[in-house]
Amino acid sequence: MTTSTTPSSTTPSPSTPSRWERFRDSFLLYSFKRDLVAQLSLIIFILMVGAAVLAPWLAPTNPYDLASIDLLASELPPFWIEGADPLYVMGTDAQGRDLLSTILYGMRVSLVIGFGAVLLQATIGVCFGLLAGYLGGRIDAFLMRLADIQLSFSTLMVAIVVGALFKSIFGGATYSDYAMWLLVLIIGLAEWPQYARTVRASVLAERAKEYVDAARVMGLRRRRIMFRHILPNTLSPIFVISTVQVANAIISEAALSFLGLGMPETQPSLGSLIKSGFDYLQSGSWWITLIPGLVLVVLVLVINLLGDWLRDVLNPRLYKG
Amino acid sequence: MALLEVNHLDVRFALRQGDIKALRDVCFSLDRGERLGIVGESGAGKSVAAFSLLNLIAKPGYIAGGSINFDGQELTSMSDRQLRRVRGHRISMIFQDPMMTLNPVLSIGEQMIECLKAHRRISTREARSISLRKLEQVQIPSPEKRLSQYPHELSGGMRQRIIIAIALLLDPDIIIADEPTTALDVTIQAEIMALLLELCEKHNVALILITHDLGVVSQVTQRMLVMYAGRVIEQGPTREIINDPQHPYTQGLMNALPQMATPGQRLNQIRGSMPSLNNLPSGCTFHPRCDFTTRPDGSERTSCHEEVPGFVRSGNCQVACHMVAEMQDANRIPVEEVTP
Amino acid sequence: MIAFLIKRLFHALLVMFVISLIAFAIQDNLGDPVQQMVGQSVPESERAALREELGLNDPFLVQYLRFAVNATQFDFGYSYVFHEPTTQVILRHLPATLELVFASTLLIILLSVPIGVYSAIKPRAWLSRFFMGVSIVGISIPVFLTAIVLIQLFAIGISWSPFPADTSWGGWLNGLISTEGGLPAYGRGNPEHVFGTWYTNFTSLKGLTYLILPAISLASIMLPLFIRLIRAEMLEVLQSEYVKFARAKGISMRRIYFVHALKNTMLPVITVGGVQIGTLVAYTILTETVFQWPGMGLMFLDAINRSDIPLIVTYLMIVGVIFVVTNTVVDLIYGLVNPTVKLTGKPA
Repeated sequence: MTTSTTPSSTTPSPSTPSRWERFRDSFLLYSFKRDLVAQLSLIIFILMVGAAVLAPWLAPTNPYDLASIDLLASELPPFWIEGADPLYVMGTDAQGRDLLSTILYGMRVSLVIGFGAVLLQATIGVCFGLLAGYLGGRIDAFLMRLADIQLSFSTLMVAIVVGALFKSIFGGATYSDYAMWLLVLIIGLAEWPQYARTVRASVLAERAKEYVDAARVMGLRRRRIMFRHILPNTLSPIFVISTVQVANAIISEAALSFLGLGMPETQPSLGSLIKSGFDYLQSGSWWITLIPGLVLVVLVLVINLLGDWLRDVLNPRLYKG
Repeated sequence: MALLEVNHLDVRFALRQGDIKALRDVCFSLDRGERLGIVGESGAGKSVAAFSLLNLIAKPGYIAGGSINFDGQELTSMSDRQLRRVRGHRISMIFQDPMMTLNPVLSIGEQMIECLKAHRRISTREARSISLRKLEQVQIPSPEKRLSQYPHELSGGMRQRIIIAIALLLDPDIIIADEPTTALDVTIQAEIMALLLELCEKHNVALILITHDLGVVSQVTQRMLVMYAGRVIEQGPTREIINDPQHPYTQGLMNALPQMATPGQRLNQIRGSMPSLNNLPSGCTFHPRCDFTTRPDGSERTSCHEEVPGFVRSGNCQVACHMVAEMQDANRIPVEEVTP
Repeated sequence: MIAFLIKRLFHALLVMFVISLIAFAIQDNLGDPVQQMVGQSVPESERAALREELGLNDPFLVQYLRFAVNATQFDFGYSYVFHEPTTQVILRHLPATLELVFASTLLIILLSVPIGVYSAIKPRAWLSRFFMGVSIVGISIPVFLTAIVLIQLFAIGISWSPFPADTSWGGWLNGLISTEGGLPAYGRGNPEHVFGTWYTNFTSLKGLTYLILPAISLASIMLPLFIRLIRAEMLEVLQSEYVKFARAKGISMRRIYFVHALKNTMLPVITVGGVQIGTLVAYTILTETVFQWPGMGLMFLDAINRSDIPLIVTYLMIVGVIFVVTNTVVDLIYGLVNPTVKLTGKPA
């Protein structure tokens, strides 16, 4: 903390250990090495992200390519069930797309939306939180009231309403074309209050500390104090809620897609895959909906487990209620 | 036989990296109506000692050895149920911060009456009237009204009075007070301390007073223990220790008092700081900070790097220090190894 | 008490004002009542006249005031699809949703309190670890997926036979991992009429079976959150000085857990939890869609798909009222339970 009282000392002097050395000796790494669940979660998470990124090379077929779709091969079961075609390991969906390929591509879409939305909400939320916490007064009251109202409506409700509005404004076809970016926007707009409240709470706590007074006495500008002095000290709670928020965003996207407000079936995310399979549940083709469902749950679960571990280790005082 | 006898008490905290020894070989005794002070820097194990008497140490902590004999009963081997009958009944406690000690959602009356009912089969009416009497004893204005009030409606000093009243509820034999005035305003500290002293004298209650305030100890207690890094390093009559401390650490504590410094000069400090319990120096745990590890003739006292064997007697006091032992040897005062 | 109520009421009105602004903006920009009323074939001049007559050319503020005045009389216009007042449509669907939310809330409270308390009192017990494991998995499953899995398991049923079915032990094991199915998972059956638009599922066993799967899946969102919240709060309270002091007083552990600790645990749980129960209404949209439960959520999604703007707006307003009411009730309960809050509006 003392380093941030003088602007010149922000650059580490030669005697201080390098970032890597500090990381190597940190409690973070130490506790990670002891926590089997965290390690497993990270491995699975990396594998899943890797598979999603490399989907075009890993997937047997390209589900976006209409030529690869064979309607005659629709609703084939996965390999361990009688009647399976060895060509389609996880079976096929109702349109005859290879389920494995579709899931890989779908995971890609889900992850892009999840991370994109969190980036957006973090940007909005951190800015608003800093403003509210540092400036206080009317701006604070207004922003926090807005956050309160939005939260009391639940982020899902806000997302559904905003999604419905966008759909009415743009019309169904345009909506589908830009669905991925619209979803990022919708979820970003719906969930910023979480960040704003967390950041505001830590700003209030930090602002009371002496180094901020010191910075102000030295005549530093507000913006510099906010971004260079206060923000770095609120990073650990931001980091912790970010994991949970990515998981939430992926679930929100799936929920919107399930309601028909998300990705179109031609470019399915995990959510819209689950939805498209739901209609065939009664006819016995459970795999179209449950296999993507399982993938979604595992993805969200490992992120949540990592978040839990981070929370235990960093143990920031998160803003309650 | 003393009312309370603690012998070779060992308390440890079980952590993943291994046990931390919070108390080592603590021995003392307390007579009926006697007032004993335990002093030391924070982290010396004073509070652990207090809480371990009633086996109230928080979870990873446990009593690893030794005995606590209270009025003929062995407390360390008691079941939880049996211990509960002692807690608050025969031995009661006063905590450090009155703002945190009372439950915010229960009225003062509830918190007093539940204590009486936990130990005696009495009606709520009786319990109420006993509570009222105790509140009067601690000189709380309009006690009737207080019973229905909640803690947040009362000031810190008032709350500490109520906690003292709760401690006295069942006319205990011993009260353990863990820094009872540290969290209070300076002006109220003396008042509360005087009240506690007066009540203990009047009802012949023994008091174990844990504090880092040597002034309070000298005013209130008859005997005292000085603790350092989980060990008792000096014990004896308060007056003698205050007037003529033997152990270098106790001397340091006395010298650090503001009134010991010459005006205009820096306060005397003990150099260095208390070692953390998981990284204790070998031998006498105080030797890295001690000014007497070299003899007056300049030679090093190597024995300081060895474990201190036990107490040596010096007047009515007992001291655990190589230097004191050596000097007594030199003066040919017949030294008897005493097991306290 | 009265000052507190007035303050809460003022807050509630402010929130409703913001919601009504949003709702009106939606209606103003997206709904074109003229087109809905007369269709495409009517000439532009006639439309303009109608527009003038309906006051659609008035300034924004005038239109909003008209909207607000009508809203206070629960008049939000006619639904495009149902051709009847939107409030009528909502009233018809409201009981189904409220019954679903009520059943879920009951499940959440009855399960989360004992489980949360238990896993705080015995954090190292295997059962507690099991509960915590299940709850983090629960948080990670989207509600519609829970619903789908429940349907597959208990409505459709699954029959696995990985063990030899011709032996008795194999048959037994197969039976153990297979499920019968047969529970209703579509609509709410034939609920009994109570009065007005209120039909209930609570009066007969048959009716209750329709509630089981939807209520469980709706509860499944909040249950893990509540368990974790109660456990975390209780763990914190058990560390507190006053619990230590209660132990030093010789109070029995039972009394410490259930009087000293539980009361302090429930205070934050009431505030956080109460708001969460309000948000259950949002999740009914998903649950009702999966189970075709004929409540407001299903109706709302339908209204979105058919661009029934007045109905969407009315739904938003009604949901806003529900949220405001639950929040106010929660604050009131909190004030009544917590002695440190004086219901005079001043912080104690």
